[in-house]
Amino acid sequence: MLEKALSGSKLYWTWLICLLVVIGAGFGAYLVQYNKGLMITGMSRDVSWGFYIAQFTFLVGVAASAVMLVLPYYLHHYKTFGRITILGEFLAIASVIMCILFITVDLGKPTRILNVMLHPTPNSILFWDMIVLNGYLIINLVAGWVTLEAERKQLPPPGWIKPIIYLSIPWAVSIHTVTAFLYAGLPGRGYWLTAIMAPRFLASAFAAGPAVLILLGYLVKKLTRFDPGKEAFETLAKIVCYAIILHIFFFFLEVFTVGYSDIPSHTAHLKYLYFGLHGHNMLVPWVWVALGCGFTAIILLVNPRTRKNLKILPYACVLVFICTWIDKGMGMIAGGFVPNPLHEVTEYAPTGLELMITFGVYATGILVLTILYKVALGVKAEEEAL
Amino acid sequence: MGVDRRQFLKLAGISAAFGLGGSVGFQLLRPGALDAAERMPTPYQMVFPKSQGNSEVMPNPKALKGRRWGMVIDMRKLTVEKARAAIQACNYYHNVPTIPGKQNIKWIWLTGYTNAFPEVENPFADPAIKNARFIAMCNHCDNPPCVRVCPTKATFQREDGIVMMDMHRCIGCRFCMAGCPYGSRSFNFRDPRPFIKKEYPKYPTRTKGVVEKCTFCSERLAVGKLPACAEASGGAMVFGDVDDAGSELRQLLRSRYSIRRKPNLGTHPQVYYLV
Repeated sequence: MLEKALSGSKLYWTWLICLLVVIGAGFGAYLVQYNKGLMITGMSRDVSWGFYIAQFTFLVGVAASAVMLVLPYYLHHYKTFGRITILGEFLAIASVIMCILFITVDLGKPTRILNVMLHPTPNSILFWDMIVLNGYLIINLVAGWVTLEAERKQLPPPGWIKPIIYLSIPWAVSIHTVTAFLYAGLPGRGYWLTAIMAPRFLASAFAAGPAVLILLGYLVKKLTRFDPGKEAFETLAKIVCYAIILHIFFFFLEVFTVGYSDIPSHTAHLKYLYFGLHGHNMLVPWVWVALGCGFTAIILLVNPRTRKNLKILPYACVLVFICTWIDKGMGMIAGGFVPNPLHEVTEYAPTGLELMITFGVYATGILVLTILYKVALGVKAEEEAL
Repeated sequence: MGVDRRQFLKLAGISAAFGLGGSVGFQLLRPGALDAAERMPTPYQMVFPKSQGNSEVMPNPKALKGRRWGMVIDMRKLTVEKARAAIQACNYYHNVPTIPGKQNIKWIWLTGYTNAFPEVENPFADPAIKNARFIAMCNHCDNPPCVRVCPTKATFQREDGIVMMDMHRCIGCRFCMAGCPYGSRSFNFRDPRPFIKKEYPKYPTRTKGVVEKCTFCSERLAVGKLPACAEASGGAMVFGDVDDAGSELRQLLRSRYSIRRKPNLGTHPQVYYLV
């Protein structure tokens, strides 16, 4: 099927070349980082994780959200999603690849990455994250590819794939739960030490992922002859709506517990994020923008007239994306490290090279996504031509 | 069939009666077989060879031995000068680089009372304590979160309690830095060697991309010397065996009131501050 990615319009090739240019630039920036060390980033002794880990956390959510298509289609036989489930699975593949790349570029000694497997350490959550992420990648590759191949041959998918597809459902939940556990089990970090971290991650994931899918659906509809269909958009929009409401609700649960108990080691982080601490307030505008976007998106999505309006829906999805991307990325990571365990404030902002590497990784993921979507949509076009 | 069930039980009974259980019986039946079996790695060991500890290396007879190492810092004796001398000694003996800015490396440093003990908030505390400069360093916790989170066992705990780093195994993921509730760990954001003021040739310098921290001077203990900071502190820092009720350290802890950093986190820090 891969041959479908080898023929395409001028636009397709131009797009691929653009992506390759960004990847090249990102790779160049990475070579600088590889030679000089992580000193070229804005990270520090106090904020020891930054933009890379923030993107990783956000993208694990996007990857997990494929379950929002797989579950209704395979468990509830919701036929409308049958045509686009593959788009969700392929989005998951591209996202997991980006996650793995972000972890890799964040390592001080990337050449030693296999030490995680040579010295397996089950008491480390990072060990389990490696297992669930790689497992999820393989599950989605196999499930997506096999079902697409069957579709191409106009045959029902083979029976053995069903258990793998069912497995992908709890597995999707596991990747984001384990990712939350990376943070939520650390004794000295008040902002992360909360049992609601995993549900909050899942809620924002199920908002962000389907929002990205809707936007991709619009692109696909515009660029190819494939139309996901109005009903698919509407159902996805409902999922985004419920999930973004849950996300904001969980955020207020957090604010209540932290605010009402008023324990300094927990309140300090929220204070830093939303009002600034000891005169340091770099992230304040960002987190308020995130909150504003979240509320505006809720208004647009709860109201059926605006939600069903296919002209307004993409804007609501962009708002959801901005809200969750800021909250789960920079807010979650930098907010957890500021103030530091000695209650000193060191702020964090990514550097230019750090951003270039980040764009390079995103471009790699988008390249994978483009090729996978080209294949999937090629098969679907073939099928409709028959 | 050489040995049937009946015969085996009989043999086992006789062996047990003569106290020839386990390896001795095995040795009698097949002399030399056990030595070979012990040296032969299992398939698991072949895939995951043990990298720490090598029993064939003879320990230095002068090496200091303790069941559980700890440190007492006497705040009545610790002047800023003595603390600076301790810090300087540590930095020198471990080739700790002096890197300006927020990507610096610190093994042992001075900090304020509210920074070291943010949970012990008291605006009217004795000014001598409140305004004192405290030494912060790795607490060599009994229940260290950094060891718990490390994905490669690059940071590990020795039997005598010292929390150590294997610089050759560390992948630089910095999970331990997120895990440490005391900010005791530093990452080599760059090659540290150009920032070492005067290199001490007997201790290895580090490379970019790995995490490092205080080791309670394990390399000095191994040759019978006290940690560099304790030696240079003019008696303000007392190193010793926490498990030995007769040690000077325990004597001090009995005689004066001591506090530890963030004991509420259950990490059981082994650095005690006499206040």
